[in-house]
Amino acid sequence: MSAFLQRHRGLLILAACIVLLPLAVQNDYHYDVLINAGLNAIVVVGLNLLIGYAGQISLGHAAFFGLGAYASAILTTTYGWHSLAAMGAGMAGVGVLAYVVARPILRLKGHYLAMATLGIGIIISIVLNTEAHITGGPDGMSAAPFSVFGYTFQSEKSWYWLVGGCLLAAVWLSSNLIDSPIGRALRALHGAEVGARVVGIDTTHYKVLIFVISAIFASFAGSLFAHHTPTVTPSILGFIKSVEFVVMAVFGGMASVMGSVVGAVIMTLLPNLLASIEDYEPIILGAIMMGTMIFMPKGLVPTIAKMLRRKEAP
Amino acid sequence: MSLLKVTNLTKSFGGVSAIRDLSFTIEAGTIHSIIGPNGAGKTTLFNLITGVYTPSSGSVRFDDREIGGVEPHKLAALGMNRTFQNLQIFHNMSAVENVMVGAHLHVQKGLAHSLLRLPSLVRSEVETRKHCWELMDFVGLGQYRDAEASAMSYGALKRLEIARALAAKPKLLLLDEPAAGLNDTETREVDEVIKRIAGQGVTVVLVEHDMKMVMGISDHILVLDYGAKLAEGTPAEIRSNPDVIAAYLGNVG
Ligand SMILES: Nc1ncnc2c1ncn2[C@@H]1O[C@H](COP(=O)(O)OP(=O)(O)OP(=O)(O)O)[C@@H](O)[C@H]1O
Ligand SMILES: [Mg+2]
Repeated sequence: MSAFLQRHRGLLILAACIVLLPLAVQNDYHYDVLINAGLNAIVVVGLNLLIGYAGQISLGHAAFFGLGAYASAILTTTYGWHSLAAMGAGMAGVGVLAYVVARPILRLKGHYLAMATLGIGIIISIVLNTEAHITGGPDGMSAAPFSVFGYTFQSEKSWYWLVGGCLLAAVWLSSNLIDSPIGRALRALHGAEVGARVVGIDTTHYKVLIFVISAIFASFAGSLFAHHTPTVTPSILGFIKSVEFVVMAVFGGMASVMGSVVGAVIMTLLPNLLASIEDYEPIILGAIMMGTMIFMPKGLVPTIAKMLRRKEAP
Repeated sequence: MSLLKVTNLTKSFGGVSAIRDLSFTIEAGTIHSIIGPNGAGKTTLFNLITGVYTPSSGSVRFDDREIGGVEPHKLAALGMNRTFQNLQIFHNMSAVENVMVGAHLHVQKGLAHSLLRLPSLVRSEVETRKHCWELMDFVGLGQYRDAEASAMSYGALKRLEIARALAAKPKLLLLDEPAAGLNDTETREVDEVIKRIAGQGVTVVLVEHDMKMVMGISDHILVLDYGAKLAEGTPAEIRSNPDVIAAYLGNVG
């Protein structure tokens, strides 16, 4: 058990935060913001595996998020599927799509994946907007309530605990993966690709694998989002959304699981905290981003962790 | 049967031939050195043998299998490994993790095992780490057990690459200037390490400018000049070869 505590310090701090936060929460609106922050965090934890560890950028993660959301919305209403079955189908479909896209592209050197995922995002957005008879078009559609083993999640409070639990699971799985032979292979190919290849690592395979996993994380969060939000509309999977996910990962700290959570939470809360000065919001956000990039290019959490370590050392 | 057989191998970059019509064989269980002046094509030859480059023409056979153009990770699985003249260290990892990457081919690495950190993975990880610490001891890096790779000296990193290559359990190990940048004591240590590796039955191909080391430990020497074979033979034969003296040894003194 103590080995577990040692390994998962970040996870425990996160769990404590999730448990204690409701003490400060005053109304359902607060819960709603936190739930969305948690869902974004799940996406960004997955995306950061790709960005921070495989050194690849995806500009299409909002599309995977959106596909998961639409899969759940369509399958649970039009086709009357069980919530979990719809979510699983979305994740499987997104996984296959991610594989089909990434396999040919990641053989190539360079950042072609960014362009390909950008293209996918645009195509998916157009399809969802135009196929109105299935998707509701720009007006969107709603999913059936989320129910597991006979329990239906209705109150904001129950959703808070559900998303909190899922976020903890996502962090746990990602931390495990990073500290496994697969995680070492990813870090190795990022650190010195030729070195990784000659010791026996099929670098293309691992890049594809982590891209597929990160897309599945996004689809999972998207499915939850669909059940929680009143209506799923194509706006959730726009290009800007994808960029936001990337910025959350970079701001929180590349190659840092806890950084992903912190980045996602801060950047989800910020627009809400700054609502009183709404007109200046884009400028303030931009300024914070610029400041981060210039003064702590490693991102928030790794920079703070380094400062703390330096203070501990004599 | 020879372990490695190179026949009429050529590699050109644009108009320049870095390796020209080169043929030689390497017998299993020997230390085989490749020497030659700067730019002679030694590193290019390593890159061709290990799949980093694809030959322009000619053939490379390893263990009686044609391997020209085969990807490096597949060659590693066949039992080939190497170190780099200009280092290919994973600076974003600890020293022992660098070596553990070398063991990748032989460890438990299932996806579900990794995600859920199942007991069999934990056992495999504990064993791998222990084995990699032993390999670090073996190459003389015992004091770096808990070090970050980014905090190690150039000379230590050269030996870390040897440990990493050994973790893959190669049949054929190619070392590109393992003593470059090392002081005399460190060079003697590396010399010892290479002998012990060969003593375990690993075939070693060595590129090295340190003539004392090359003459001392090689069973066989191949001399390259402008990408072609200048001479080949035992250390005694090479030392007395007039072409070699004129082209190479003469310059070095
Ligand atoms: N990728 C490449 N593109 C173009 N030219 C190359 C490339 N790799 C090697 N060369 C050229 O091939 C020739 C041989 O270089 P190589 O590095 O193999 O020499 P070397 O014998 O290892 O030299 P050194 O003793 O300095 O390490 C050089 O002229 C070099 O410029
Ligand atoms: Mg060289």
